[in-house]
Amino acid sequence: MDLHRAPPRTVLQLLALATLLALLAALRFGSVSVDTAGLVQALGDLALGQDRPSLATTLLSLRLPRAGTAMAVGGLLALSGALLQALLRNPLADPYVLGVSGGASCAALLAIAVGAGAALTALCAAGGALLALALLFVLAHRTLFARDAVLDAGRDNTILLTGVMIASLCTAVLSLALSLAPDGRLRSMVFWLLGDLGGATSPALAALAVSGWVLLWALAQRDAAALNLMLGGDLQAYTQGVATTQVRRRLIIITAVATGLAVALAGAVGFVGFVAPHLVRRLVGANPRLVLPAATLLGAVLVLLADTIGRSVVAPLQLPVGALMALIGVPVFVWQLQRP
Amino acid sequence: MTTWALTPAGSGAAVAADAASGAARRAAGAAAPLPASLLSCRGVDVRAGTRCLVRGLDLDITPGQRWAVVGPNGAGKSSLLLVLAGARRPDAGAVALGGQTLGHWSVEALAGLRAMVTDRWVDPFATSVRDTVQAARFRLRGAPALAAGAADVAGNCLALLDCAHLAGRDVRQLSRGERQRVAVATALAQDTALVLLDEPISHQDPRHQVQVLQALQARTATTYVAALHDINAAARFATHALLLAGDGSWVAGARDTVLTRERLSPLFSTTITEIDVAGQRVFVSLGDAA
Repeated sequence: MDLHRAPPRTVLQLLALATLLALLAALRFGSVSVDTAGLVQALGDLALGQDRPSLATTLLSLRLPRAGTAMAVGGLLALSGALLQALLRNPLADPYVLGVSGGASCAALLAIAVGAGAALTALCAAGGALLALALLFVLAHRTLFARDAVLDAGRDNTILLTGVMIASLCTAVLSLALSLAPDGRLRSMVFWLLGDLGGATSPALAALAVSGWVLLWALAQRDAAALNLMLGGDLQAYTQGVATTQVRRRLIIITAVATGLAVALAGAVGFVGFVAPHLVRRLVGANPRLVLPAATLLGAVLVLLADTIGRSVVAPLQLPVGALMALIGVPVFVWQLQRP
Repeated sequence: MTTWALTPAGSGAAVAADAASGAARRAAGAAAPLPASLLSCRGVDVRAGTRCLVRGLDLDITPGQRWAVVGPNGAGKSSLLLVLAGARRPDAGAVALGGQTLGHWSVEALAGLRAMVTDRWVDPFATSVRDTVQAARFRLRGAPALAAGAADVAGNCLALLDCAHLAGRDVRQLSRGERQRVAVATALAQDTALVLLDEPISHQDPRHQVQVLQALQARTATTYVAALHDINAAARFATHALLLAGDGSWVAGARDTVLTRERLSPLFSTTITEIDVAGQRVFVSLGDAA
């Protein structure tokens, strides 16, 4: 069977357009809807720095940080998933296999358990993610700092297995934290674990999230061509001119920081990091030069839409964004798999 | 433990004048500048765990030569190729490429000097054959003028290996033989003076065995070092041969002095005889030696 695919440029353009539309939808819809004219007016005011109070302006100031955070979280998780699936040459990998999010979750839940606020929780989550990353580098140092340029297939699993072990350890600590936590805080802990954008109200944090996303994406993109060669095995890539050990180390750090940032901002949002790279590979092929931008845009779209639906459909209640994404995404993904 | 030893001490021996010169110079202790060799080994050891597969290898490979590396399973052929490629450090000694030790070159510079065909290709995701071959032009990404010809180069290399019709196919759906030819085409597309090949025809049918080797030979300026299991293919393809016994001993030299039944029988611990078929020497294995 020959491989026939849509022109990659078109796919990327469509995904960029979809991101824009999803962003507009996220600003428009919610427990209260704004009409498009009012939204455009408010956006214009915001851009020009005019202070003209209206319902739209108020909603925008509430929704823009949340939409920005949602976009960044989806983009970061999808970027991280796409990188890991390529690095580990394993389509089952997702951002959580390295244990980085486990570390973030542990630290965040412990912070919630002792009554920390949202900002402190996010800070603790970031610290936990860094701690887990440091642990991964210590435990898998023989692979990550290999003397020979080329890893054999057996050792290639070291990173994956070490990550899974760190994640398991974190799960154990999480279970302890959940079972020992006071009843009053259990609900917010569980919500945090499911992935929750409800706390994303700070414009500063949203700006940080979006700029972190763009920066990490740009850094990853620089190594995309090298990563493409590494798909063909370390030895092949090395003989073709890729410093495989260094590229792997750089990309693992990018992945871990992206996951840690996303988890610190919105909790452990599931599914998007796994499924976005899969869906875009069917559209643009396996080359990371195309997969990275396409996956990260699709991730942004998915989380934006899921969050918009989650806070509109049963408003004023809010549904966890990860669960919604899986509810919509699983049938789509399975349908994709069935197609010849 | 094999009973076969090329020399009593178990160390190597370079036969034929051109290969012996390096060893002689080393014995004399002269730090003479290297000859115009493309690839040279000085006292190279290759170990696997505690076993020493190759001990004290001295080798000088000059441009245009085609070397066959021959030996029983597990003798260290693939490991030696990894060392020559710079992907694995020698356990002792030094390897020089283009007059400089391998450590002197950057990974990227090395990619402009040598390519390698492995026998373990990895295809985790659907990729077209064309893209797989074009990836070999990675080292030229900073030179747009050269990189622009990537599609032509890839097409030519695929055609040379009888793979032109596969260009649009998914690499994961190729037969092993087809995938192997694509791997050879990929290495040629890298456009290097030296190409290392690990079992390049192990999955080929009789017609393609000959075709692949002829395609390689047709590029007369290119230097090859190929690990080959088929002694007859080695004898047809190579100008020189390196025999590895797996116990540290080795023999290197011109094809006709090294690829003989007297050397090959003990090497493989089996009786190998030579017959003459239409003017061509053909080796036949007769089974276990007494």
